[in-house]
Amino acid sequence: MTALLSVQGLRVEIAARHRVLTAIDDVSFDIAEGEILGVVGESGAGKSVTGTAVLGLLERPAYQAGGRIIFAGRRIDTLDEDAMRTLRSRQIAAVFQDPLTSLDPLMTIGDQLVETMQTHLDLARAAALARAEQLLAEVGIPAPRERLQSYPHEMSGGMRQRVVLALAFCCEPRLIIADEPTTALDVSIQAQILDLLRRMCRERGTAVMLVTHDMGVIAEASDRVAVMYAGRLVEIGPTRDLIAAAAHPYTRGLMASIPDMHRRAAELTQIPGSMPRPDAPVPGCAFHPRCPQALARCATDRPAMLPQGASQVACWLVDAASRSAA
Amino acid sequence: MAANDTILSVDRLTVRFDASAPLLKRLVTGAGRRIVHAVEEVDFEVARGSTFALVGESGCGKSTIARTIAGIQPPTAGSVSFMGVDIAGFRTRHAAMPYRRNLQMIFQDPYASLNPRWRIGRIVAEPILTHALMTPGAALKARVAELLETVGLSPGDAGKFPHQFSGGQRQRISIARALASNPAFIVCDEPTSALDVSVQAQILNLMKKLQRELGLTYLLISHNLAVVAHMADRLGVMYLGRLVEQGDAAQILGRPLHPYTRLLLDTVPDPRAPGRARPRLSGEVPSPLAPPAGCAFHPRCPLADARCARERPQPVRVGAALVACHAVEERRLPALTSEQECLSSPGDAA
Ligand SMILES: Nc1ncnc2c1ncn2[C@@H]1O[C@H](COP(=O)(O)OP(=O)(O)OP(=O)(O)O)[C@@H](O)[C@H]1O
Ligand SMILES: Nc1ncnc2c1ncn2[C@@H]1O[C@H](COP(=O)(O)OP(=O)(O)OP(=O)(O)O)[C@@H](O)[C@H]1O
Ligand code: SF4
Ligand code: SF4
Ligand SMILES: [Mg+2]
Ligand SMILES: [Mg+2]
Repeated sequence: MTALLSVQGLRVEIAARHRVLTAIDDVSFDIAEGEILGVVGESGAGKSVTGTAVLGLLERPAYQAGGRIIFAGRRIDTLDEDAMRTLRSRQIAAVFQDPLTSLDPLMTIGDQLVETMQTHLDLARAAALARAEQLLAEVGIPAPRERLQSYPHEMSGGMRQRVVLALAFCCEPRLIIADEPTTALDVSIQAQILDLLRRMCRERGTAVMLVTHDMGVIAEASDRVAVMYAGRLVEIGPTRDLIAAAAHPYTRGLMASIPDMHRRAAELTQIPGSMPRPDAPVPGCAFHPRCPQALARCATDRPAMLPQGASQVACWLVDAASRSAA
Repeated sequence: MAANDTILSVDRLTVRFDASAPLLKRLVTGAGRRIVHAVEEVDFEVARGSTFALVGESGCGKSTIARTIAGIQPPTAGSVSFMGVDIAGFRTRHAAMPYRRNLQMIFQDPYASLNPRWRIGRIVAEPILTHALMTPGAALKARVAELLETVGLSPGDAGKFPHQFSGGQRQRISIARALASNPAFIVCDEPTSALDVSVQAQILNLMKKLQRELGLTYLLISHNLAVVAHMADRLGVMYLGRLVEQGDAAQILGRPLHPYTRLLLDTVPDPRAPGRARPRLSGEVPSPLAPPAGCAFHPRCPLADARCARERPQPVRVGAALVACHAVEERRLPALTSEQECLSSPGDAA
């Protein structure tokens, strides 16, 4: 499979008052055509910053300080503002974590959809309107025709989120960067949206980078999962492998913190401590202060990504295991 | 009527929105008025020190109820009383002050609720200053630092602006702000939906600890049923503006009666069983602009019959739960155990 998107050694820095902070440190991954890559990780791990970098939308004081981003065989992180804008409007769509930033509060939902389609596709107003209505129905909005006349503030949180999805889908992009697209949705609508995403991947070969903290969504929708921690990738591999047998101690902790519907515990398992932030980086493996299995070298040496089955894992335990196996 | 330990009582609450086009446009196009039936005749009570959860499909009216309780959205009909006082009486800002100190809200959309031009320290201190609980100075700084640490942020974050934080970090800021005035009651609209599971576990554990130690009461809105199962003592299930089932949370989640609740529980994704084919709710999604006659769920209900399309079911007591469904009342619900069959009307429960 050829990669539609290839991120290689991405590094993002933030210029703070007296020094430079590293937000993303040497992150590499591919997404193939028709594939959904789930991206998970603790709040503040750098998921949104990574997505923003791919879209070429990093804003000062954050900037790309290293690495390459290749889309459809072409390097895009060196493109100028105009070329990047064209790419974003036709081929790469974004669903931001905050639905309100993507919606104009003074325009009806219908006008926003029609305007977006007419700028990017060759469609007459009537055709665009019909398509807008169909899109709203597809994302599960009741009475779609009437809703075309609604303003964003007249809709519930989940409806706004679905309108943003409809806006991202309306120009049939090749790559969708979706940042927490289903967080405000109840489970049945969520299932419907994930079905729709999967269908677009299957039928049109759309590739999706799906950022979410919901392991249920990951389990159901993604083909592969990338786990981020403190600005780095710590594990990436097929969804089934990761869920059945995560190799990295952080990923295992993450799986254990999921509340279980069928077992009400007095306390949810939580990983003790908190993730280091860009302004207080940790040497060695960034997870070592919280890792139950840390070795002496974890505090000083940074583990590299190594293959483990079909996955790649950055952890000294995996390194030791593969060495003793060899 | 409210028992002593009832802190909040919602009585036949109805909220409607007029979403019609402007009059002139309606005259020209011949379009009718559009009334959104967001909340219809909702009744429930919340006991002090407990957690009442509201669940239901997107757009069913959960946030509207939350905003009404928080005093931001006036009811169309019905009433809300908090600590024994009808909140409609708080006409002036001054009269509402003690109420506002005791009732805080965590909004569904943390971005919109944080002033982008204020530093975090000021955002978190604002409820403390508004209610004159402390004066500016070292003690207030220390309190803000303590609140930030409570939600897993660092005291140094007080000097930063909202845009310097990730989505989940911003949600934690709004939680710190809600805790600042030591309220008795917190309305939590999707409090952890932007958080990853480990931070979510941290926040939920913290909410429970505060509840144990300070006797806090929560109204919790979440579409994550595992979170609800973990937190809630009582549970209300909404469909298209109405409460269709309410009662003990563990009992409803373990043995749901209403056909909608049953479908809702069947659609939960299970992270431990990847690739499972979840059943989907079938049928046209109804709209609050024109709710179906009879039981609003009838177009999608597998047990619907002619009576369901005609007559709206009233809540009846089944054991400790209240359920509005003809099939339940007529005892034609599949697999009802003998224990669940002690049907009686709500009146003769006591
Ligand atoms: N403009 C900025 N200035 C300073 N720090 C920033 C800025 N933007 C992001 N950061 C920091 O970079 C880190 C990564 O942020 P990012 O938004 O990518 O997190 P995330 O993984 O998307 O988290 P969440 O799940 O909470 O949305 C965070 O610690 C955040 O505070
Ligand atoms: N200001 C308003 N004007 C018109 N309609 C409104 C307004 N606010 C809410 N509504 C409508 O009321 C209904 C209920 O909305 P509400 O926000 O309470 O839903 P919700 O249950 O919180 O949904 P979600 O889970 O998506 O947040 C929706 O149909 C919404 O479009
Ligand atoms: S490298 Fe060491 S500290 Fe890091 S996850 Fe592996 S064992 Fe734990
Ligand atoms: S009243 Fe009828 S339509 Fe409504 S939930 Fe019960 S059986 Fe279904
Ligand atoms: Mg984010
Ligand atoms: Mg809501």
